[in-house]
Amino acid sequence: MAGQTLYDKLWSQHLVKERDDGTALIYIDRQLLHEVTSPQAFEGLRLANRRPWRLDANLATPDHNVPTTVIERAEGNAGIKDPVSLIQVQTLDDNCESFGIEEFRINDARQGIVHVVGPEQGATLPGMTVVCGDSHTATHGAFAAIAHGIGTSEVEHVLATQCLLAQKMKNMQVRVEGTLGTGVTAKDIVLAIIGRIGTAGGTGYAIEFAGSAIRELSMEGRMTVCNMAIEAGARVGLIGVDDTTIDYLRERPFAPQGDQWEAAVAEWRELVSDADADFDKVVEIAAEDIEPQVSWGTSPEMVTGISGEVPDPAEAPDDTTKGSYSRALEYMGLAAKQKITDIRLDKVFIGSCTNSRIEDLRAAAKVAKGRKVADSIMLAMVVPGSGLVKRQAEAEGLDKIFTEAGFEWREPGCSMCLAMNADKLGAGEHCASTSNRNFEGRQGFGGRTHLVGPAMAAAAAIAGHFVDVRQFAAGNDSHHDTPSQEA
Amino acid sequence: MNKFVRQQGLVAPLDRANVDTDLIIPKQFLKSIKRTGFGVNLFDALRYMDEGYPGQDVSTRPLNPDFVLNQPRYEGASVLLTRRNFGCGSSREHAPWALEDFGFRVVIAPSFADIFYNNAFKNGILLVTLEEDVIERLFQEVEANEGYRLDVDLENQRVTTPSGEILEFDVDAFRKHCLLNGLDDIGITLQDEEAIREFEAKHRAARPWLFRETAKAATS
Ligand code: SF4
Repeated sequence: MAGQTLYDKLWSQHLVKERDDGTALIYIDRQLLHEVTSPQAFEGLRLANRRPWRLDANLATPDHNVPTTVIERAEGNAGIKDPVSLIQVQTLDDNCESFGIEEFRINDARQGIVHVVGPEQGATLPGMTVVCGDSHTATHGAFAAIAHGIGTSEVEHVLATQCLLAQKMKNMQVRVEGTLGTGVTAKDIVLAIIGRIGTAGGTGYAIEFAGSAIRELSMEGRMTVCNMAIEAGARVGLIGVDDTTIDYLRERPFAPQGDQWEAAVAEWRELVSDADADFDKVVEIAAEDIEPQVSWGTSPEMVTGISGEVPDPAEAPDDTTKGSYSRALEYMGLAAKQKITDIRLDKVFIGSCTNSRIEDLRAAAKVAKGRKVADSIMLAMVVPGSGLVKRQAEAEGLDKIFTEAGFEWREPGCSMCLAMNADKLGAGEHCASTSNRNFEGRQGFGGRTHLVGPAMAAAAAIAGHFVDVRQFAAGNDSHHDTPSQEA
Repeated sequence: MNKFVRQQGLVAPLDRANVDTDLIIPKQFLKSIKRTGFGVNLFDALRYMDEGYPGQDVSTRPLNPDFVLNQPRYEGASVLLTRRNFGCGSSREHAPWALEDFGFRVVIAPSFADIFYNNAFKNGILLVTLEEDVIERLFQEVEANEGYRLDVDLENQRVTTPSGEILEFDVDAFRKHCLLNGLDDIGITLQDEEAIREFEAKHRAARPWLFRETAKAATS
C-alpha cells in the first residue's frame, strides 16, 4: 500500500464523521477572526441563541479596516475616520467581549494582520486544522497544518460546532528543486508556480510544496509561498515539518511548554508525506529557472520574469485568453511587447500578509539602505504585519533606513493590500506591491497593481520603474536612466 | 436558507472568465455588518461609471450602458451564464449575498472557484457546471434570442433549453438535499453533538498541546 501524504495524515487525525455521500465532519483546532467576515456570523449565533462551542480555539484581531498612520492610530478606534469601518471594528470588539473570545485590539502590540499574528503567537501549530474567514488562511499551512479560508456561514458553523463540513481534496505536490539565484525569493517561487499552473490549476487540490528550494526557505518564506496557494486556486497549501518549523515555534506564547513541548515535537516530526505517498498530480520546477517575477496583468497568473515583456494578445493560445489579455492590457495601460523594466511606477507598497514579516522588511531595507526613493514616486510605504514585527524592525533600525530613503513607515494592518482603509491607489496609478492580488480595483478604483517581492519593490521605488534587483544589489542602479514612456 | 427546487428563469450572459469576488462585490461594500442589501452593488465597477460607496443612493449614479445587466432585455434575469473559474479570489460571502439579493438563483459556468462554490450553496444559489463547448453554445443561443429562459430542475439535475434540449449536471447529494429542503447546516451538524464531544475528548487526550488550557498544564 502506498504511503500517506501529509494532507491525508492531517485529514484522518481530524475526521469526526464521514457521511455516505463523501461529506465529512472535520474538527477545527483554531479559528482566527477579523472584523470583516465575522459580524454576520456572531449575529447568526445570537439569532439562533447559540454559544461558541469552545472559546479557547478562537483568536481575534482587527486588521482590514485599521488606519496605518501614526497620528490616526494614536487615537485608537477613534482614529478610524470612516464611520462604517469604525462600526465594523467596534462590532468585533463587542462580539469578542460579550462572547468571551480573546482579541488583540487595535493598539495592542500583538495586533496585526491575522495571518502574521497567528504564527507569531504560536497560535498556529503543526498538526492543527486552522480556519479563518479569509482566503489567505493557507499561509498557516507552512507549519504542516490544514489551513484554509471559509465563508461567513462557515465561520458561524465553526463557532457553533467546532467542526466544518468538508470534502477531502485531491493531493498535488509542487516540487521546487535546486538552489535559488541570489536576489530570488519565496515570492518569486510562488509567482512562478502560479504563472505555470494558472489561477485555477490548483482548484480542488491541497498543494504540498516540497523540494530542496522549499526546505531552504525560512518560516517567513514558507508562509509567503503557502499564502498564495489560493491564487493558484488551491484552498490549502502546506509544507512538512523540519527543524526550521520547530525552531521557529519554540517559546512562542501559545506554543506548548515543558514536557508538553517534548511530546508535541516528537509527534510533529511525523508530519511529513511518506516517501512513497501517492499524489494525484506532481509539478516540478527547477529553482535555477526562476528569476525575479513581476505581474503585468489583472490576474496573478499574468506574470513574467523581470527580463521579460508584456505578452501580445494576438499570440494568445485561445480566444478566452486573448480576450483576457486584451482587457488586462487596456486596464493596465500597457502595450503588447512592452519591456517589464519600462513600466513606470507611481506608488510602492511593501506589506500585506504575503510579505510584511521581519525577513521581508530586512530584504527591502537592504536594497533601500543609503539610497533615495525616485522623485517620480508619489508614495512609497512600508506597513509591518504586526505590532511585534514593527517593534523588531525598529530595534534593528530598519525604520530609519526606510524613512531616510523616503519611505513612509506605518502602523500594522492590511492597508493598501485591499484598500479598505484610507490607503489606496488613484485611477490609472501603477503600484509595485508585495501583496497577493492584482485584480481590477483591488488597491483602489482604477488602480494598477504589479505583484513583486519586497526587494524588487524597494528597488522599483528607488529607480521609479521596475529593475532587476540582482543587478541593482550589485550597485548597477539604473537610477538615472529614463525608460521609454509607457503606452 | 431559501429552498431551491426548480427555476425557470431569464438568462443573462456575462462573457468573461475568472470573474473574481472583488468584481462581484467590491471591497468598500464589505463594511456592512448585515447580510442583505448588497444587490444594488453587485458588479458595481462594471455596472456604474463612477466609483460607488456604501449607503449611497444608487438611483442617481451613471449606468454603464454596455454592461449586460443594464440592458433592458436582461431585466429580471435569475440565471447567470458565465465563463470558467467564476468566483475566484477572496472568500467573501458577500459575493453570493449580492447575487442572491439581486435576484440570481442559478449560475452556470464551466468551473467555479472552491470557496465560492461552498458559499453559494449555503445561500440558496445553485451552481451548475457544464462543459466548455456546451457553455459556448448557450452563449450563442442567449445572445441570438431575446427572452431566452432556461428551466433548471435540481431534483432531476437537468437544465432544459427552450428548444427542449436536456443538459444533465452533477451536484453532490448532501448539498442537493440541503438546497431542496432549505436546511441549515448548523442544525444538521448539531445532531452529531455526541460524536463531536467524543472525538474532542480523544483528540485532547492524544494531543493536549492543541488546547490552550492543557498546553501548559503538564509543565514540569
Ligand atoms: S493583507 Fe491583504 S490579503 Fe492579507 S488578509 Fe489583509 S487584505 Fe487579505
